[in-house]
This record gives sequence, C-alpha cells and structure tokens, in this order.
Amino acid sequence: MTAKTQFYKLDNGLTVHLKEIHTAPIISTWIWYKVGLRNEKRGKTGVSHWVEHMQFKGTETYPSGYLDREISKVGGVWNAMTYLDWTTYFETLPANMFEIGLTLEADRMVNSRFNPQEVELERTVVISEREGNENHPTFLLGEAVQEAAFQVHPYHYEVIGLKEDLQHISRDDLFQHYRQYYRPGNAVLAVAGDFNCDAMIEIVKSVFNDIPSDDESNSEIPTEPPLDGEKRITIQGPGQTSYIQAAYRAPSANDPDFFGLTVLDSLLTGPSSLNMFGSGGTTNKTSRLYRTLVEDEIAVTCYGVLQATHDPYLYSINLTVHPAKSPEEVLKALDQEIEKILDLPVTKAEIDRAIKQAKALFAYSSENISNQGFWLGYAEMFADYDWFENYVNHIAHVTTEDVLNIARTYLAPDNRVVGFYLPEES
Amino acid sequence: MNHITDNEHRHALPGPDDITRQELKNGITILTRSNFNSPTLSIKGYVNIGSLLDPDDKLGLSYLTASGLMNGTDHHDFQSLYNEIESVGARLSFSAGTLTTSFSAHCLKEDIDLILRLISESLRSPTFPEKEFNRQKNQMLTALAIRAQDTSSMAALLFDQIVYAGHPYERPEEGFPETIQAITREDILQFYKRTFGPKGMAIVIVGAVEPTKAVEAIANVFGDFHNPNQEGLPKIPTIEPIQGTSRKAISIPGKSQADIVMGILAPERLSPDYMPLRIGNNILGEFGMMGRLGKRVREDAGLAYYVYSSLSSSLGPGAWEMIAGVNPQNIDQVVELITEEVGRFVSKPVSEEELSDSKSYFLGRMPLMLESNSGVAVSLLNMEHFQLGLDYFIKYPGQIQANTAEDILRASRKYLNPDALAIAIAGP
Repeated sequence: MTAKTQFYKLDNGLTVHLKEIHTAPIISTWIWYKVGLRNEKRGKTGVSHWVEHMQFKGTETYPSGYLDREISKVGGVWNAMTYLDWTTYFETLPANMFEIGLTLEADRMVNSRFNPQEVELERTVVISEREGNENHPTFLLGEAVQEAAFQVHPYHYEVIGLKEDLQHISRDDLFQHYRQYYRPGNAVLAVAGDFNCDAMIEIVKSVFNDIPSDDESNSEIPTEPPLDGEKRITIQGPGQTSYIQAAYRAPSANDPDFFGLTVLDSLLTGPSSLNMFGSGGTTNKTSRLYRTLVEDEIAVTCYGVLQATHDPYLYSINLTVHPAKSPEEVLKALDQEIEKILDLPVTKAEIDRAIKQAKALFAYSSENISNQGFWLGYAEMFADYDWFENYVNHIAHVTTEDVLNIARTYLAPDNRVVGFYLPEES
Repeated sequence: MNHITDNEHRHALPGPDDITRQELKNGITILTRSNFNSPTLSIKGYVNIGSLLDPDDKLGLSYLTASGLMNGTDHHDFQSLYNEIESVGARLSFSAGTLTTSFSAHCLKEDIDLILRLISESLRSPTFPEKEFNRQKNQMLTALAIRAQDTSSMAALLFDQIVYAGHPYERPEEGFPETIQAITREDILQFYKRTFGPKGMAIVIVGAVEPTKAVEAIANVFGDFHNPNQEGLPKIPTIEPIQGTSRKAISIPGKSQADIVMGILAPERLSPDYMPLRIGNNILGEFGMMGRLGKRVREDAGLAYYVYSSLSSSLGPGAWEMIAGVNPQNIDQVVELITEEVGRFVSKPVSEEELSDSKSYFLGRMPLMLESNSGVAVSLLNMEHFQLGLDYFIKYPGQIQANTAEDILRASRKYLNPDALAIAIAGP
C-alpha cells in the first residue's frame, strides 16, 4: 500500500495529519477534539455527547439537514463518536467531493447554532438513546462498576450521562462546553485517502486558517487515588442470566505497562484490536480463560476490554455466568486462573503468538481508508502519533518477566471492583 | 477538485474483466478477484443448507449443526483447530440462515492454504464430539434466554410471526428453548449426512492472491468433495399478504425502551419491483439521517434515537420493515406517525429532488461499498447466489437511473398499504 504521511501545525494551533493512500478514489476526513467524559462535571454528565448531537443541527451557512443531504447524495458517510477522552467526527467521501468534509468541519468548529428549540428536541432523543442502553444488563452493570471504581475522576460516569443530568442540562451548558473545547488548539484534523499532501495542506490552510486561536484552556482533571481494597457490588434486574464484570484499575496508554497488559489480556481473554471503528479480529477459543471457564462450562462467554486512555482507567474481564453455576463459583475459577499466571509464568512462545496476532489484527484494521483516518488522529487524544507508529514494536518488546510483574501489580484483588448482575427473581 | 488527487492505482468496478469465475465438476462455483493493496485475504462462501430443512419440533437443527462444524474434525480436536487459526491471527466462522449455511474467514495472504484446508475439514469431516455438542447446546440456551430479554430481537421475531404467518419464514433460525432441548447429537449427525455436499456451494476469495493460484488452491482441497446422497432445499412456498392491520405486543417487564417493527411482505430479489422499491425504501427510511421517517419521528418530533426502514429480499417472500426504538409512553404516537408516512408514500410520487438525491446516493456509494476485500467478497457472493451476472456492477448505474417516481409509486402501492400493516412491539 502506498502511503505518505505528513504532519503540520497551523498558526492558530490546529494540528494536521495527512496520509496519502491511492488504493481507491476515496478521502476520509476526521476531526478529533480532546473532550469527552473526562472533561465533565458532576451534574452535567453527558454534556460532551449531547454537544456532539448538536453539531449535526446546523450553522448559519449550512442549516440543519443541508449537509446530510449533500453528503448522502454523493454516497458519502458521516458520523461522530464521543468517548472517555475525545469526540470525533468523520466524513468519508468520493475523492472529488472531499471539500464538503473540510469546510463543514471548519464551519461547525465555531458556528454551530445550538438553537433552543433544537436543544429541546434533542433532549428526548439523547434520553431515548440512554433508555435503549438501559435495556441491556451489561450497560447497567458497567455503569455501576464505573461508579464504584472512581470517586473523584469523571470516569465515575458513563459517557451517555446520568438521566437526571440529561433532564436538566440547559442550552447554555451545552453552548459553554462547545465554546470551551471546540477550538483549533484542542483539535487534530486527520485526512487520509487519494490526494497529494502538498496540495491538500494548502487547501486545509485556506479553509482553517481564518479560525482564530484563543486562550481558552481545558479544565483541570482530578487525579484518582488508588482503590483502598477490593470492592464488590451487586445490582439486580430483569432476565434469567447473571453477569460478572471484574474491573481492575489499569495504566493509562502512556504508561509503559500498558503494552504488557495488552499482551496479558491477549493471553487471558484473546487478542483484540484497538480500532473502535469496526475491523476484523479473531476468536478467543484458545485463550486461557476460554479454555478453563467456558470449555469447562463455568461461564458461557468471556471477553476482556482494555482501552487506551489518557488517565488510568479499567481493564475489565466480562463473564456470562453458566446457568448451572453460581456467580461466586465463577469468580473463584477466574481467580484460580489468574493465580496460575503468577505461579506458572507464561512462556516466550505464548508471547510470540500474541505478537503475531497483534500484527495480523493491525493489518486488517488498516485495510480501508476510513480506518486509516481513524488511526491518524486517535493516538493524539491520549498520547501522540508515535504511540500508534510504535504500537506493534512496543508489544514485540514485552518479556515474560514484564507479564508476570504486570499480573502481580494490576490483577491483584485489592486493585479491582467486582460487579455482579443478578436476575431479580433470584 | 480532481487536480489534487493522484490516480496512479485507480481500480475499476468489479466486472467480467477482473472477476474469475470457474465451476468445479462436483458443482462448486469459485469466484475470485485480486487486490494487492493490503497483505490480506477475505474468503467467504455458502452451501445450500438452512433452517428451511428443520423439522418444527427440532427448529435450530441447521443452526446447531453449522455452529458445531468447528468443534472437531477427523484431523483436529476443538482446541487444535482453533489454535491453528488464532495463532496466525486469522478468523473463521460458520453460521446458518434460512436458506444457506455460510462461512467467512480472513487471514494474511501467506495463510491461504491453511485456512482453505480448515474450511474443507470443517465442512467435510466434522465429528461433532459429545462434550462440545453439550456445551454448545447449553450456550445456545443461554443465548435464547438473553434473546427473550432483548426488545429488538423479540419485536423482530414477533413481526416475522405476523407477516409470514403459516409460512416457514415465520420461524427463527435459532429455534426456541424447547426445540433446542429436543435436538440430540444423533440428529446432528444424521442431518449432516443428508444435507452437506458440494452441490450448489460457492466460494469467493478476494485479496492478495493471483486468480489462477486462488482457483488452484480451492480445487486442491475441494475437488474431491462428494456426497451422492445430498438433499436439496425444499421448494419455498408462496404466501398471501395479511388482510388488514394486525398488531401484537410482547411484554418484557423492567425494560426502559420499547422496540417497534412494522411493515409488509416484499417481493423476492429478482422481481422487477425490487429496484424501484430499493430506491423507495431509501427515500422512506434510509437516506441521510434515515429518510422521511428520520425527519418526521426523530428530527421533528424528538421521539426516537433510531428510526429507519429496511427492505430485505432474497429467494421467496421478503419483508419491508419500519423500525424504531422508543419510550414506552410514545409507542402509539410513533406507530401513528410511521403509518401516516406510509400513507403519504403510497398516495403521491416522491419528489424529483428526492429521486435524484437517492439515485446519486446509490451511484456514489459504490467505491465505499467496494473498498474493502470483504465488501467485494460479499458482493461477489450475492452476484452468484441471485445469478445477477458478472457484469452486475457495470449495468448497475443504468438499472438505478431507469426508475421514475411513477415506477416507485406503482411498485410501492403493490405491496405497501397503511391499512394492512403487521405491527410488532416488544417492551415493558
């Protein structure tokens, strides 16, 4: 694959990453803002995600509905995502139409209207989105576990926000949040696809240079102290199935331990790709937890989740309890398996396998141009582009000793919150 | 802004010039197209086995059989089979639908022979070991217990029961807890022997491999696949649309949101009505933020996070569905709004503007749809399954452009009637 990547910083502080890929007549434009749940305050949770929704409601130049039509009628796709540390917007378009994406992002960085009537209509839409999530036991469990795992850090909440906050957040709250965080110095523009970098940067400059830099800054984020021992929580809800989420406090993406924990997760629950934008992975039938917990019919499913985050977050092991077992039996079996890692250290062969898997997953997730756009900006939200460039290399340098040390440090019971979701009937 | 693009590796649409299609003597069709832009391969295919063959009291038989193909073979047990796949970061899975059992794999280009060999082993010499069979059955029962709590799955299931009442398509491929309980390992072994074989099988490889090499690699592992006793699928019965609106609801206590699925029967994929309805569906509930339905229910009324319509046409009767997730208090209002939009859709032609936007959407999205190896592989499989011809994408722009607003109205009126809708609701 031909690929040339170039980096720029405009005078107003906007970081620009460009990558030439000439495999298809497509250009994918992504703009990333360093704002998400991490930047939210008590009483205003969900504000970042709601601002993201309002960014589709139009500006003076492009009224609501206009761009949706312009992008859709050329067969393009556009969407947005809000997460723990960031909010991102993308437009993937036929190469000869890419300018719509650039001009729209420059326009809505500063000119979104936040019309009060639209805010009210969107309030019920966002609440409806939350209610859809509430239908799933694993959402309810995840929310309760985050609440128990963090006391002062905003990771205490779910990205969608508390329902009571969604009922009370005002138009001014949304607009103030927008003004504070949507500015060139807090954004990364990433464009990947069928173009020439030298010509593209000139167009980017002509579109974005007029946006003034400003002296707004991101608010201070409190540091979360370590957990003072294991916490267990139980929630009850409808259904016949029990779930367990064992959530260990994990290192941030910038911590060297992050890569060792990635390998450890791969051994325990199977390899997973960091790409959050749909890409092929592999199954986890040969992972340690599947072999013991699922094959021996203690759990029905198991999977691990480790996110690359700005601040220390959680490494979760998620289990669906087998109907013939009690949740306590399942947790005990999980603990025995973790103890095995400490008693019988992993082998070099296991680590080499994890590295080969990581490389293959990386190849699949780089296959399409939208994904390339994702990668081009993503790592800037919690580290820098080098983090992404060196990801496979860092994984390849993890040793058996590292894995042992990391298991000792992070997978200790007093470093975790264990959440149980139990059916109401029982 | 073409001046800034650099077209050195521009790819044409897949067509007779760059798709290789070959039939093996045993009935297997091979399709392949090269793409050396990434070191990966997408391998997909199907055999003509599905839940249409399942007896009512053992519904889920073909589903469990497909899920069990990789539980062990003559040459591998469960762990050693998955070890070969996962060690190289590849993926392979089988799943059964109503008419086909499909397989899907991706791998790095150097692992092509390994993956083809494992697909072949799984299809040709599965042993369905007792221990794995029991485990899979229990996993399936848990999945069904989870389905029973899922408002969108249950609304979809109920919708099929209304719209396809009395037709085999009313049955879910995964079956029900009691029908899964009734299936024995012996049932699976017998079903496998009767139904699995090369007749009607198709396999597609797209990615970093030369066509001749791909064909040769497939012929090497599948050339001697035979089953003289292979049964085909039964004839798909026809069905009459329901007369008058039929509304049913399932209560799932404790949930926050209700799901609504409403709609009607649609024609099969090869019907001349399919293309005008596909464009019509796009205008009704797909275009942009989900077409007219999205504008009315989400944008103007703020009543749902998701609302859209979907047209599914295969062999036999299809369905045209309008779907929304709403607060339980708003169910009636949303059903009414959607019904009104359906009424408006069949009362006058779509505007010229809507029609031209939609047509240009269908033409513009082709490069995106065909960008990845798996996107091309899915398209090639569909071309084979519905016998659309290798020049399908070449003819496609003309087929889209040919439709007028009157064509869409005429076709929609044939199927869509606001007074004869199947309405299914699942919620608290």
